[in-house]
Amino acid sequence: MKWALYDRLLAATAAGASAALVTRLGDGSQALYDGTSWQGALVLAPEHQLAVQRMLIADRSGILPETEDLFVRSYARAPRLIVVGAAHISQFLAPMATLAGFDVTVIDPRRAFTAEHRFEGVKLVNAWPDAALEELKLDSTSAVVTLTHDPKLDDPALIAALASPAFYVGALGSTRTHAKRVARLTEAGLADRVKRIHAPIGLNLGGRAPREIAVSILAQVIQVRYQGAAS
Amino acid sequence: MNTDADEIFPHIERWRSERRGVALATVVQTWGSSPRAEGSHLAVNDRGEFVGSVSGGCIEGAVVTEALSAIADGKPRTLEFGVSDEQAWEVGLACGGKVRVFVERLE
Repeated sequence: MKWALYDRLLAATAAGASAALVTRLGDGSQALYDGTSWQGALVLAPEHQLAVQRMLIADRSGILPETEDLFVRSYARAPRLIVVGAAHISQFLAPMATLAGFDVTVIDPRRAFTAEHRFEGVKLVNAWPDAALEELKLDSTSAVVTLTHDPKLDDPALIAALASPAFYVGALGSTRTHAKRVARLTEAGLADRVKRIHAPIGLNLGGRAPREIAVSILAQVIQVRYQGAAS
Repeated sequence: MNTDADEIFPHIERWRSERRGVALATVVQTWGSSPRAEGSHLAVNDRGEFVGSVSGGCIEGAVVTEALSAIADGKPRTLEFGVSDEQAWEVGLACGGKVRVFVERLE
């Protein structure tokens, strides 16, 4: 690979964009798609360019279908995990999810909870969840979990998340707590959307400690990402 | 998702700033129970230091050797490893899968 093309790839991924590198295995010539335009010595036919873009959306790498020697490497941006509530569980969930490849943001308007020493190296947003989520522009690669235990904070976050294409929305709380939540959100006109909420949140692994609940939430987010809605 | 790029690029950047030769190996095709998916990267410098993986550790040695040759002669190559061929038997692709790896010099 030419350093010039490598630099463009690095710049695109560093800017948070998705990029695809196509290599003709026979001679090593390459084309780079950085989300907006094509560069490189290899020039692809329009139908191949479209096929590459489709692979990038699905974050798939491999030989381009119906070709023998065009290899596509998708560098799709990392999925995002938005954690609402800088709670005890969040202190474990944020670093675990980061290790698992998620781009993690923790939102909480309560300054005492978002103190730096509680979340070293984690992106923190000190704002009300609805305003913060609006700013983050949730997309289909985003997951949102609400962990505050406080309807004043959780509900606005859930309302924003349910209005977005986020692939996962989960809320902490018992079955009873969730029943009350469903009633409130139904009242707010979201009857047809509340079913999207995963609650009680997480896979049932049996653990009850904050770090164990963090594992069960992360496991469920990954499961839903690959398999669609989990039961 | 293939995020090993995040893990590998910083090392490539460092080697480049040290003016080391660098090669990138990428899994381009797999059959059967290969441990690493298409797109997985292994980066190698001219001292034979490497980061990332293209298998569960079975073929990395052979890939590093080919990467050093690619750094020396600049020719990209495509390698195949599988239980059915002699070479793979020697390097021991124990998982029983088959994998094709593209190796290129950064230049």
